[in-house]
Amino acid sequence: MRIALAATCIADVMFPQAPRATALLLERLGHEVHVPDGQACCGQMHVNTGYLDEAVPVVRNHVEAFAPVLDGEWDAIVVPSGSCTGSIRHQQGMVCRRAGLDALGATADAVAARTYELSELLVDVLGVTDVGAYFPHRVTYHPTCHSLRMLHVGDRPLRLLRAVEGIDLVELPGAESCCGFGGTFALKNAETSTAMLADKMTHVKSTGAEVLTAGDSSCLMHIGGGLSRIRAGVRTLHLAEILASTRDADPVGARPTTHDARTTGGPR
Amino acid sequence: MSATFLGLPRRRTATAPDGARDVPHPDEPLRWGDDFPTAARRALQDTQLRRNLAHATSTIRAKRAAVVGEVPDWEALRDAGSAIKTDVMARLPELLEELERNVTARGGVVHWARDAAEANRIVLDIVRAKGVDEVVKVKSMATQEIGLNEALAEEGVAAYETDLAELIVQLADDMPSHILVPAIHRNRAEIREIFLERMGDAPPDLSDVPRELAMAARAHLRRKFLSAKVAVSGANFGVADTGTLTVVESEGNGRMCLTLPETLVTVMGIEKVVPSYTDLEVFLQLLPRSSTGERMNPYTSLWTGVTPGDGPQEFHLVLLDNGRTDVLADEVGRAALHCIRCSACLNVCPVYERVGGHAYGSVYPGPIGAILTPQLTKSSGGLSGHHDPNASLPYASTLCGACYEVCPVKIDIPSILVELRAREVDADRGGLPTGWGAAMKAASFVMSDARRFALAGKAAGLGRVVAGKSGRISTLPPPASGWTRSRDLPAPTAQTFRDWWRTEHVAPGAGEGEEDR
Repeated sequence: MRIALAATCIADVMFPQAPRATALLLERLGHEVHVPDGQACCGQMHVNTGYLDEAVPVVRNHVEAFAPVLDGEWDAIVVPSGSCTGSIRHQQGMVCRRAGLDALGATADAVAARTYELSELLVDVLGVTDVGAYFPHRVTYHPTCHSLRMLHVGDRPLRLLRAVEGIDLVELPGAESCCGFGGTFALKNAETSTAMLADKMTHVKSTGAEVLTAGDSSCLMHIGGGLSRIRAGVRTLHLAEILASTRDADPVGARPTTHDARTTGGPR
Repeated sequence: MSATFLGLPRRRTATAPDGARDVPHPDEPLRWGDDFPTAARRALQDTQLRRNLAHATSTIRAKRAAVVGEVPDWEALRDAGSAIKTDVMARLPELLEELERNVTARGGVVHWARDAAEANRIVLDIVRAKGVDEVVKVKSMATQEIGLNEALAEEGVAAYETDLAELIVQLADDMPSHILVPAIHRNRAEIREIFLERMGDAPPDLSDVPRELAMAARAHLRRKFLSAKVAVSGANFGVADTGTLTVVESEGNGRMCLTLPETLVTVMGIEKVVPSYTDLEVFLQLLPRSSTGERMNPYTSLWTGVTPGDGPQEFHLVLLDNGRTDVLADEVGRAALHCIRCSACLNVCPVYERVGGHAYGSVYPGPIGAILTPQLTKSSGGLSGHHDPNASLPYASTLCGACYEVCPVKIDIPSILVELRAREVDADRGGLPTGWGAAMKAASFVMSDARRFALAGKAAGLGRVVAGKSGRISTLPPPASGWTRSRDLPAPTAQTFRDWWRTEHVAPGAGEGEEDR
């Protein structure tokens, strides 16, 4: 399958391991990965903060970058983020129509219909739950709000994780409760956000997990930022990073032995 | 309108600061106190409040989930509830006139109130005409919204709340903090103190055992039920094709008020009308399971006009607008009028669970309050000035979507929150640019072009200098300090994904355009 990868703006600059792992994982599964050059951001931050006019050019750029999917250039688009996929699917069309750009809105909807969050792509489109990964560590999974309630990915990520060889997957108490990130909510209502984060961290710590994983780099940035501040000794890894890891290869340095490669953020 | 006794939170050894949780009665029941971030910051410091709320909301969340899970056609019921409400909003005028005709035909008197002042005046005039100076009340959000008790008190009429939780709130001279469980912010030790100090006829040896507290309230209220000549209620539903009014509740105190007094006055928001009696079939399944987590609410009272020799012999229905027609005129916001006041959205909201209801500065707190309150008070879109505390309400959410998921009439609260935020932003356009506005404009410029974004990505790499050897950033200037006060930020990467892809996957000398391996 020819799959176009939307890296997401935050992962491109701050967490490149996530899209890297996504690309390497899909290639390992025998697919052709393309990274359309024109991509930048889906516009979610602008939309959710209320800057809908400012979101228009961002959305337009995204739609134009991925519109070739409509001409058969690729078979599908994958996004290693539940919230970006949610914004693409449920907000981009609205943003265009609100600005009177009905044609662009229709294109956005058509592109969105071919866009999948990583676990959706793997389980629903590619029909695979065992991706051949190996990750011998204790891991707990946080289902991010938008993957859970906007996309309804259900237990797809957990099915993928359960199939990972060597993994010690432990249930996260209060898993479905928001971590308190909410984009600019974390700044506009910083204290409330922190109170929610504190409870999430308490639950993460209670599992004894060495790694917290999720399908969204942004939520992981929030929980991971809190865990780092309290020196909790728990790492955060994107779901793709665990799935990309095999017995023979640790392509994005997900395993602790290659710690240096991770912190320097260098290529594999 | 409905109320349930959820069990009082257990007593804790630590006591809250004296009176810290009292909210003095505001002039505007829909707009009081500080903006949300300020009020929330204060509430978060109250450890007793945090415990009370966490206990109560998690209890009721679990009850709701259990009883909703056993209904095989729950999603179909939600669809039906949503469809009925959409239909009601599309033909509200004709349905209200039909309701008026049928209530009148059955011996009731219908009044129309444009706002709180008119509604309060109508109720006061009825009470005065009966020559009494006290009324008993059924728990009602509509009368909280218009500040009826305070308006009556100013004219020398005492209104006694008979719902146990409303009684606690009233005795403490406090404001409700939850739609269904208005005293959710109080624990049993505090309630004991309130009863001993304020009730007047509480047994001096009263303990904080829930049964003892309930019995004290029962004895206190029984005297009121037997003496009151006039009762005031709200309504959960008003049926247009029969003229029937409905109140659902858990204690039976509402039933006492609806049957014993000679005169009954019901204040109903105009959005509470439903077309036909059979529509109750849908809502009487949706409401109790969503609100109290019960399969069926213990008391469902239905009455139609006046029945000679049975119940109140004089019935008045006050139809309240108070901003609702403005909300109805709003294509996006009008779905907020679909609300049946179950409060499921409050109980699942992670923000409400931490800060409680008073932080919202309105008798309608939580997610539904965050979309309903600013619309009712015209606080959205800068209509009431930039310093209206209600303008901060649409931002009081992480957009986690838990509210939408449980709403029995499928109000898409997150989408309405986003729309209200957009109006706030749009209202600010044209004036002096705000910090947020400038930042968002700049971000839009960068994020709408791959080349500019790639350059910004390289520039962000400079953040590695700030991070130093630790690889983490722990202090940043405002407004980013809001982040770094409690969270680190990883250093931006030395090599963006885009650069890595170019290095690893694009053959040297490959041309412009779509990159491939």
